[in-house]
Amino acid sequence: MSTATREGEPADQLAAGTRDLADRAKAGTRDPAELARIAASMVPPQPSAGRRLFSRITQFWLLVAFVVAWQCVSVFGLRFNPQLDVMLPPPTAVFSAALDLIRRGVLMTHIIDSLYRVLLAVGTACVIGIPLGLAMGWFPRFRRAVDPLLEFIRPIPPLAWIPLSILWFGIGDTQIVYIIFLAAFFPIVLNSMAGARDVDIYLVRASQSLGARPGELFTTVVLPAALPNVFTGVRVGLGIGWMALVAGELVAAPSGLGYLINNARTLFRSDYILLGMVLIGVLGLLLDYGMRRLALLIMPWHRGQ
Amino acid sequence: MSLSASPVNATHISKVHISSKGEPLLALHDVNFEVEQNEFFSIVGPSGCGKTTLLNLLAGFEQPTRGEICVGGKLITGPGWERAVVFQEYALFPWYTVSENIRYGLKRKRLPDAEQTRLVEHYIGLVGLRGFESRYPRELSGGMRQRVSIARALAVNPSILLMDEPFASLDVQTREYMQDELLKIWQREPKTVIFVTHSIDEAIKLSDRIAIMGPRPGRIEEIKTVSLERPRDPTNPAMVQLAAEVKVWLRQQVFDKDPAAQ
Repeated sequence: MSTATREGEPADQLAAGTRDLADRAKAGTRDPAELARIAASMVPPQPSAGRRLFSRITQFWLLVAFVVAWQCVSVFGLRFNPQLDVMLPPPTAVFSAALDLIRRGVLMTHIIDSLYRVLLAVGTACVIGIPLGLAMGWFPRFRRAVDPLLEFIRPIPPLAWIPLSILWFGIGDTQIVYIIFLAAFFPIVLNSMAGARDVDIYLVRASQSLGARPGELFTTVVLPAALPNVFTGVRVGLGIGWMALVAGELVAAPSGLGYLINNARTLFRSDYILLGMVLIGVLGLLLDYGMRRLALLIMPWHRGQ
Repeated sequence: MSLSASPVNATHISKVHISSKGEPLLALHDVNFEVEQNEFFSIVGPSGCGKTTLLNLLAGFEQPTRGEICVGGKLITGPGWERAVVFQEYALFPWYTVSENIRYGLKRKRLPDAEQTRLVEHYIGLVGLRGFESRYPRELSGGMRQRVSIARALAVNPSILLMDEPFASLDVQTREYMQDELLKIWQREPKTVIFVTHSIDEAIKLSDRIAIMGPRPGRIEEIKTVSLERPRDPTNPAMVQLAAEVKVWLRQQVFDKDPAAQ
């Protein structure tokens, strides 16, 4: 009863509806259609589209409150500290900075260049990292051989690679993609490895006792069993790669959101800096959301878990 | 077609496991038995007596340290569909639907598509899962999952069916119901079954013969024949008597011979 009240639906109203239908149904019916109707009568009615939209929006109240608070601090704080103009421009200033850049036709270029670099880098990391990780997880001897090399390179931060990468690849996209690739590569390898290593031994045995050959065992059991972990790896890799974007575009990029931030720094335009940061945050969020949708599409058996 | 005398023949099986400290432990010692064609053969014993190890050897998941097991006159060297296994925790592939799980072994056998579909439908009907063909395993109850697992194993037409405590994770009512169902299926489509359980009552209800294993090291202490008509009534005096005998005997084995179990 307390549950029903908490869901926002009066308990007795529900019970009345149920009794009504249950009376009409033959006692102890087994007819699936009848049972489905009874089940439907016990579920509170779907809220209207307007209500759903409203609850969707109110879900973001904390974010809205944050933006409002930021605006207040920036505007009212200016009375006490004139430097706040540069130190923390208000959201409205960030918004007009965005309009400014759109009008000059450069904002989309920055976004597209950055997205292209990150997706190319993470895509390459997937193409190399997923097969490598799966092989390491499934073949223990291969793992033991590769592990020391991987664990030696892994702790080196992508930032430390920048000087050398410029010597190798010169200035341009390749060098930036390389830095992002390094950041995304390890979470993808390690998660894929964990996925293939931790396959349920009983599923492997079931497959073998039903006559699966080694190749079939891999494609029908190891691969799907590892898939959730692989996806986690790609999500984390994408997130870290996106974070490495600013570092990658730090030194010698001709465009991109990282370039926008670094360039604005030399010009003292903190509104552009904040705009770059906000865009990186929003795009990162959207990319992750897209990945989660993709995961549900590829792994329908995971739905509702 | 192999027509050798007994489909299963285990001679002088011993199995040594290496403990995590690196010490060798004798899990099975000099186990011998034969199983007849279409016999329902149970292996019972207290936990740790090595009955699951014995089943793993039969399935080919592990190799005996000494001795050999032949199925249909052929030495077991690894897992294969002629010894399909039903596991306690079902081991269904979560990414396949009910019918895809049952089709799994048929695909591995490279049967023609039409034949696969026919067999899948037949076994779905046999285990009473019509209407659930396109469900995923996680959408099913424990009893239904175990039906899928049984159908999947039977569908490949194995020469023996290995069952490792298949009903141990089910609640009591479902377990009894599944025992009856298994018997019905087995009587409709006779099959050599090797059934591992820790439940003496379950073994007596189902089996033609029961191998009773004693603990540490595991060995078959006695093989009892149950010649009562099926379906068997657990309140039948002969069954009560038999169950009591086996239980008393096992208790003596566990408590008198093995100080570690006290």
